[in-house]
Amino acid sequence: MNGGNKLYEIFALGDGALTIDWGNQMDEQINREVTARAAQFRQQPFPGFSETVPAYSSLTVFFDPLFIRQHISPGKTAMEYVMERVQALLDLPVAVVQETGRLVRIPVCYDPSLAPELEWLAREKEISVEELVILHTTPVYRVYMLGFLPGFAYMGEVDERIRIPRKPQPQPTRAGSVGIAGKQTGIYPFASPGGWTVIGNSPVQLFNKNRKEPTLIRAGDRVQFFAIDKYEFAHY
Amino acid sequence: MSLRIIKAGLLDTIQDLGRFGYLASGINPSGAMDRYALQLANALVGNAAGEAGIELHFPASVILFTRPALIALSGADFSPSINGDPVPMQQGIVVNKNDALQFHRPVKGARAYIAVEGGFQLEDWLGSYSTNLKAVAGGFHGRRLQKGDEIVLNSKKEYGYLLPGKNFRVLPWAADNKYEEESSEIAVLPGHEWGRLTVEARERLLHSPFLITKLADRMGYRLGNEPLSVLPGEDILSSAVNRGTIQLLPDGKLIVLMADHQTTGGYPRIAHVITADHSKLAQLKSGDSVYFRLTDMATAEEKLTRQQQHLRQLQHACTLKLQQYG
Repeated sequence: MNGGNKLYEIFALGDGALTIDWGNQMDEQINREVTARAAQFRQQPFPGFSETVPAYSSLTVFFDPLFIRQHISPGKTAMEYVMERVQALLDLPVAVVQETGRLVRIPVCYDPSLAPELEWLAREKEISVEELVILHTTPVYRVYMLGFLPGFAYMGEVDERIRIPRKPQPQPTRAGSVGIAGKQTGIYPFASPGGWTVIGNSPVQLFNKNRKEPTLIRAGDRVQFFAIDKYEFAHY
Repeated sequence: MSLRIIKAGLLDTIQDLGRFGYLASGINPSGAMDRYALQLANALVGNAAGEAGIELHFPASVILFTRPALIALSGADFSPSINGDPVPMQQGIVVNKNDALQFHRPVKGARAYIAVEGGFQLEDWLGSYSTNLKAVAGGFHGRRLQKGDEIVLNSKKEYGYLLPGKNFRVLPWAADNKYEEESSEIAVLPGHEWGRLTVEARERLLHSPFLITKLADRMGYRLGNEPLSVLPGEDILSSAVNRGTIQLLPDGKLIVLMADHQTTGGYPRIAHVITADHSKLAQLKSGDSVYFRLTDMATAEEKLTRQQQHLRQLQHACTLKLQQYG
């Protein structure tokens, strides 16, 4: 149980959403609280509540300010009304489930032809490509959140020796690209502009609109990458 | 029983007010860029406000109707005509079988909308008809409309009696557009990382024009400003963003997120365009300039409420008028 934990900040994200922020850190305990709070808000929705987006150490609550103004006439702004309702929910204790998650193993082809930045990053870090691949495939990563693109899973933590900050400007990134940004690693389910440094490509279909659950990976899952060669990639 | 695309436009898609409830799976919300205009067109044909319509960019599709239908055009003025005769925006039009709707030149705005009474016969994806180009889902086969596409119309109504001649008929009332101010100012609320801008940068943000670059689409607008000076701050872990969020890139440049925006991001959120101004922003295009000004939450909500009231009144008025028409 976790109650009375005031180590968070609430701020407006425009006029239709607010974010509860537990401190901009990649921490399993905090991430579990985020998941638990998201479930709490879904189970006890306030009038005008739309949906939540859980992230590493933050939870964003989307709402309909028009609905609140028209149906509740709170005598204050809809934002103030929602902030109070959210605060009241956060004052309640919530059970933080120690979920184990599924272990999902994902093949990645670490080949310069598919990952133009692989050799550059190895040089930058003064290691061989082989060492880089070992450092990326050794950890079992936690899936902290989904976002950015349909089915894009944010995972951590990347080994310190191969961390690299986001690029200053987003660049075209092909579908399947496996990238690194700071402590995070992830796979682009679709071609998209992106700011992560690409070190490999996965042939796995992370998103299928015809599946009942369109995303392959869920928040809370554990993921481990394994290296495949170009032949295996082509015939996957 | 349908409308047919006889010439494809640049980027014409089926959109409603957006797909919500799946942001946590990373599914971008999509929906009309100018939601006000879509709702206005729907009101004019007696549809529910959130019925799916077609969003058009210039050059726009040429559309042939294979049955009579009640339609309305709104949003950008692309100089529309039917069978070569100019037709008005923001007015109900009963089109006849074999009427061809086309658009000649971009006079004003960036995105036009077509609503058809009864809407289209389409399958929803995750509760919405909006086209998600990224996921290739929703709308018409998840893609932009192409030559030869036939979109079946739902309408069960007969319009033949309104068309004594062979020609289409413009209904004798128009929606005004008083929400639309001549000023191109876009109101913003400060974002969580507003403080990352130096005092000088804030002044510039609020007192100088920002050019919308060629990198402007349904996902977002890249602004071509001189880099803003940024105070150092820690890297931000990815967290939710919203339509209207203005992100500050490390090089001091700005991106405003639009309808097809990603659900989360890690760039500082320096400000957010208020919801009531999303439509105005949606009608700007590459080469136009944006002027930002700061507002507060109460003003933002009041403006949105007034917009909604105006739409409601329009809906009621149109419903009454349409009833008189049988």
